[in-house]
Order: sequence, then C-alpha cells, then structure tokens
Amino acid sequence: MSRGVFFKILSLVSLAFVILGCGGPAENKNAITVWHWMTDREPAFQELAKRYEAKTGIRVSFELYAPSDAYSRKVRAAAQGSTLPDIFGILGEKSDFASFVKAGHVLDLTPYMEAGDGSLKNRFFNNALAVNIFNKDNSYGAKPGIYGVPLDVMTIQMVYNKKLLKDLGSNPDKPPVNFQELLDIGKKLKGKDTQGFVSGWGELWMIDCFANNYAFNIMGKDKVLATIRGEVPYTDPDWIQVLDLFRQLAESGFLASGIVTMVNKTAEQLFANEKAVFAFNGSWCVNVYKGMNPDLNYGVILPPKVSDKYPMTIWGGAGSSLMVNANSKKKEDAVKFLDWLTAKEQQAYLAEATNNLPANKECLKDIPQALANFTKGMDSSTHPFVWGVSEFPAVIDALDKGIQSIIIGEKTAEAVAREVQKIKARELSKRK
Amino acid sequence: MKVKSILENYVFVLPAVTIITIFYIIPFIWVFQLGFFEWDGITSTKIFVGLANFKEILTDGNWWQSLWNASYITLIALTFQNILAFLLALACDREIRLKNFYRVIFFIPPVLSEVVVGMIWRFVINDIDGANLINRALIGMGLGNLAHHWLSDPKIALTTVAIVHCWKGFGWGFLIFLAGLQTIPSQLYEAARVDGANAWHSFKNITLPLMIPVIVLVAILTVLGTMQIFVLIISLVGGEFAGHTSVPVLRILASMRGSSRFGYACAQSITFGLILVVISFIQYRFSKKARQA
Repeated sequence: MSRGVFFKILSLVSLAFVILGCGGPAENKNAITVWHWMTDREPAFQELAKRYEAKTGIRVSFELYAPSDAYSRKVRAAAQGSTLPDIFGILGEKSDFASFVKAGHVLDLTPYMEAGDGSLKNRFFNNALAVNIFNKDNSYGAKPGIYGVPLDVMTIQMVYNKKLLKDLGSNPDKPPVNFQELLDIGKKLKGKDTQGFVSGWGELWMIDCFANNYAFNIMGKDKVLATIRGEVPYTDPDWIQVLDLFRQLAESGFLASGIVTMVNKTAEQLFANEKAVFAFNGSWCVNVYKGMNPDLNYGVILPPKVSDKYPMTIWGGAGSSLMVNANSKKKEDAVKFLDWLTAKEQQAYLAEATNNLPANKECLKDIPQALANFTKGMDSSTHPFVWGVSEFPAVIDALDKGIQSIIIGEKTAEAVAREVQKIKARELSKRK
Repeated sequence: MKVKSILENYVFVLPAVTIITIFYIIPFIWVFQLGFFEWDGITSTKIFVGLANFKEILTDGNWWQSLWNASYITLIALTFQNILAFLLALACDREIRLKNFYRVIFFIPPVLSEVVVGMIWRFVINDIDGANLINRALIGMGLGNLAHHWLSDPKIALTTVAIVHCWKGFGWGFLIFLAGLQTIPSQLYEAARVDGANAWHSFKNITLPLMIPVIVLVAILTVLGTMQIFVLIISLVGGEFAGHTSVPVLRILASMRGSSRFGYACAQSITFGLILVVISFIQYRFSKKARQA
C-alpha cells in the first residue's frame, strides 16, 4: 500500500470516528425508554412492558443500571448532557430533586394528575404523592407542582423474631411498647449468642432515620423542623435526650456488637437466619427475608416510644417514584404509560411479584399478609421530602457520625450535640 | 512537498492528541475551573466563588483527618507491605521448590476486586460475637485477650483496614521486585563471592543499590494507590465509621453526592492531586540522591 493510499484511508477512518462520535445515543423511535435501578423488580417490569406492548402496540424499554450509586451518577451525567430518557427516577435528597426541576428536566405532572376528577392523583397514598410535590413558596425555589409518579411505598419500622422473643421469656404477641422494655431485653441478652438488634448503621442514613423517629417522639414535629430551620439548637435538652438513647441502647446490650460498621445486607442476613431478635428495616425486607428464610416468623412494630407526649413517627411514603423527562418528544406517551403502570391491576401484580407495597391504595386488600403488616405504619409515617425544609448535609453527617461515636462509647451525647451545633452555626453563617 | 510531509506527520499524531485532549486535558481543566465555583452538578447555574472552596478546605477538619488516615494506611503499606513483598521476591528469586506455585499464590490477592476482598475479610473478622473466625482461633489457642472487635473498635479499625489493604496489595510489589531482581546479572554475585563477600555484603552492595529504581517505582505506586483507597473501606466497614476510617476519596464523594457540592469536591480533588504530585516529586528527588550516593 502506498503512503498516499494509507493517508487517505486513515483520514476517512478518522472522519468516520468524528462523525459517529458526534452523534447522539442510538434511539428506538417507537419505544418509551425507562431508566431504573431496581434490580429486584426488573423481571416484573419486563413482563409489564410486554403486556403494555400487547395492549397498545407501544414498546417500553426498561433499562436497568445498578447499583443505585451508579444509577444516580448516570442520571446526573445524562442531565448535564441533556440525554435523559423518557422516564427516569431521581435518587438523593429533595434538594437534588429540586435541582432537576429547576434545570427543566422534569415534567410538571399537575395537569395530568388533576385531569378529570383527579383519578390519577387520588389513587395514591397521600404520603406517597407528597414526596413528589413542591408546594407554593417551597424553600428549594422550585416551581410548585407534582413532579413524580409514585410506584410503590415503604415504611421503615422495627421487626422482631417471634420465636426468639419467646425464648427470652416475653410474649411474642405482646412486643415491647416502650423504650424501657427494649433496654430490659438487652439485659436478658447478656451472655447469649443471640444479637438483640441489627440494622445497617454502618450506612449512616439508617441511623439518621432511627434518630429522627425518636426526635419526633420526644419533641414533636414542630420542634424538629424548628431545629432544621436553625431556631432551636442541637444542644437543646430534648436533642441531648435523643442522642443519649443510643448510649442507653449500647450499654444495655440491646445493640448487636459491631453495629456501627454493619451494612444492611449483613443485618438482613443475621435477622433472616434467626441470629437477632430485632431489626430496623424498610418494608423491602419482606422480599429479602422471604428469599433468605421463607419460614421466618416475624412481626412488625413501630419503634417503642420514649414519651407519650408526641406520637412515634416513622419514615415512610414513596419508596420509588418515576419522573417524565420534560424535554422528551414522547412525554405524552410516557405519562400514559405511568398512568397504566400505577393502575390497580398492574400495581397488584407488582406487589405480588416483588413484595413491595403498592403506591395505589386501591389494591391494598390484594397484598400478602407480611407486607400488609407494614402498611399499618403508614398513618404514622413522614418523610424528609415532605417537611419543606432540609437539614444541611454537613450537619446530618456530623450528627450520624456523632451517634456512632456515642454507641462505641467514644463521646457523650452532650459533646456530640455541641459539635453538631457548631457545624450548624457554620453552615447557617455561610447561608447569610 | 515539505509542507505535505509535515502535515502527514501531524495527521499521524492527531488521534493520540485528540484522545489525550478529550479524555485527559479538557476534564482536568474543567475540574480545575469548577473548583472556583459553587455548583450542584445538575442545574446550569454556577456561582463563581473565587478561592472560597480552597479556603474552606483549609479549615475542614474532616478533610485533614481523612488525609491523616490515608497517610497512616500508606505508611503501613510503604513499610510492612513493601518489605514483605521484597523479602518474598528475594526468596522466590532463588532456586527453591514450588517457586512458580508461590508466585501464583502471591499474585491472587491483587487480581481480586477490592469489593470481594472486603467481603471475604468482613466474613473472617466481622464483629458479630461468636462469628469472628480470627477471634475464635485466638480463643481456641488460649489467646482470648487478643480477641477484638477488629472493625468497630476505633483504636484498631484503621490498622485493620491497612493490614487488609497490604494483604491485597503486596502481590504487585512482589511481582515488580521479582522482575527487578531478575535483571541483576548473576555474574556480579559470582564475582562478589570470589572476592569473599557473604550474602549480607552481596545484598547490601549489589542487590540494594541496583534495586533502588525499582524500590522507588514501587514506593511511588504504593503511595498513589494507597492514598486513593476507598472501595475496600466501603466494603469492609461500610464507610467512614465515625470518621475513623474516613479517607480523602470518601470525603470527595461525600461532597459530590451527599452534599451535591461539585465545586467543593473539585477543589478537594485538586488539593488532593497536588499533594500526591508533591509526594511523588519528593520521592523521585530522594531516589535520585540515593542513586548518586
């Protein structure tokens, strides 16, 4: 081959690469593309996609990107490059959701939700829909509206092994109702191989969730939100009481050894294999426990109360929500598909196939008993997404790590409260 | 004709220049530029904050704690891991039985994913009472006082991470040291033996001086690899564990994902990168002096 011919071929190949490289992603013009992270639901989604295509002739392509961290990064990168799919989910804080809305990536679904008599809007649990709503004058600066369709709901509660509780001399049908009873169980466990309480407290957010449950119980919602707004310091005696609960739990022997570095998967294995009496977990655990130990006999309770002054409030509401890309050419089809996906029949199928609580309240009576136990907590649930204000991530980080320090006996509740308040003051001063 | 020839030459380097520009230079400039902005990573609005992110790093106690933690792990890797790798390479460089078998065995940990290594070791040294294999062995040998909560005791959690990291990483050093040792001509040792040198003298006057470039290479790779540790920590202890196992990359991730502060995360990345460059430069200068001496 002469040098000239080689030069020409090289130029052509380079040109081809440049042209192909500048093109957008390959796109199936007839299909609605959905990006999701829910590995356990993938087979059910594929089945529903087939059913939808058979019914309407519109193909739906579910694309799974897992784990959730990788999915989250992919969605952010796609948002930056304006290559989001027709339907996608947003993982993260409400402030992240707001950023997507403000950047114009998410379609305002309010007109679709309220069309007719609001049949779409009214089919969902209030808490499930609420996490997708930005109210008027919201602190995030997002345009008010409904920006997501809840697919399922979840509550995070305590589960207990009935057999192990009986072995400890307690009535399995009368699980603990107050905090002191938990501490008493811890004392009974000393010297035994069984762990008292397991949870993924190595992953900080679950500690945060547990602490918030007790903060709501001890000081009430208004005071918790006032703290987030910066009107009540973390050094307030009520917050110190919340933090000190972790010391009491650790000292009583109720908490599993090594809980501060425990990931939730380990906690789930221990509970499913009957090595732990209690666990703190979300309703997704029904599916997990069923897979690990189908014969596991367990009950579901709210975390036992410390105070009778305020109700115990747990985290719950929408488990997963899907959003429509505001810039998609197929947004009308995407909304129609989500309408179909959240109708009673499809929701019942999803609940049965994946053991997740459906977001559609009309099909509750069709769900398995183990799952139904978790729905009892829905009335006591709240979610940071509906509070209207968000705590600074640095403060949450300091609070959660501080709780870990309290559990291992490294710091006192007072010392952690002071450290957290110092960071809160720093973040507040930055905002000014 | 001359112009055509020059153009042709440029065409040949164009693909490499394009790739390096797109995948290395532009991202680097972008990261550097973002370090001067406050940006959530999603919206198109970026607020110029000048050096504010860098000033904040100076007073960010968590950041410096994470750097100290990574330095501690690096120090253990530089000494314990590399000395072990060097000694094993010396052993395998000799005519010993099953030396190929040992080479394969020593190289298995480095080819395993860090997630897998973390999970394996988590199984071995988990902190569930009665389920920790090391503790059970220690108790079985009558050394129960040495049993620990290896992962959740703040005094030893970081050391545990460092030891597991060394277990995973020493195979790389072993391979490079072994390759280096095999390049030393055997005639040098034979001549030394004729001159009456014993094994120690041969090691001190032949092996060590000739291995200095290799030792420096391994040291630089160890520093760069260990300072950027984070996957192993996530799989072993679940994350930053009350700050005791916090490392710079986890802090950068926390800024980026937890706080959605891409600008601050970029400033942390630049600072971290600069620190690594400075350390590598010092190591290079030090090795140059050692070679000249």
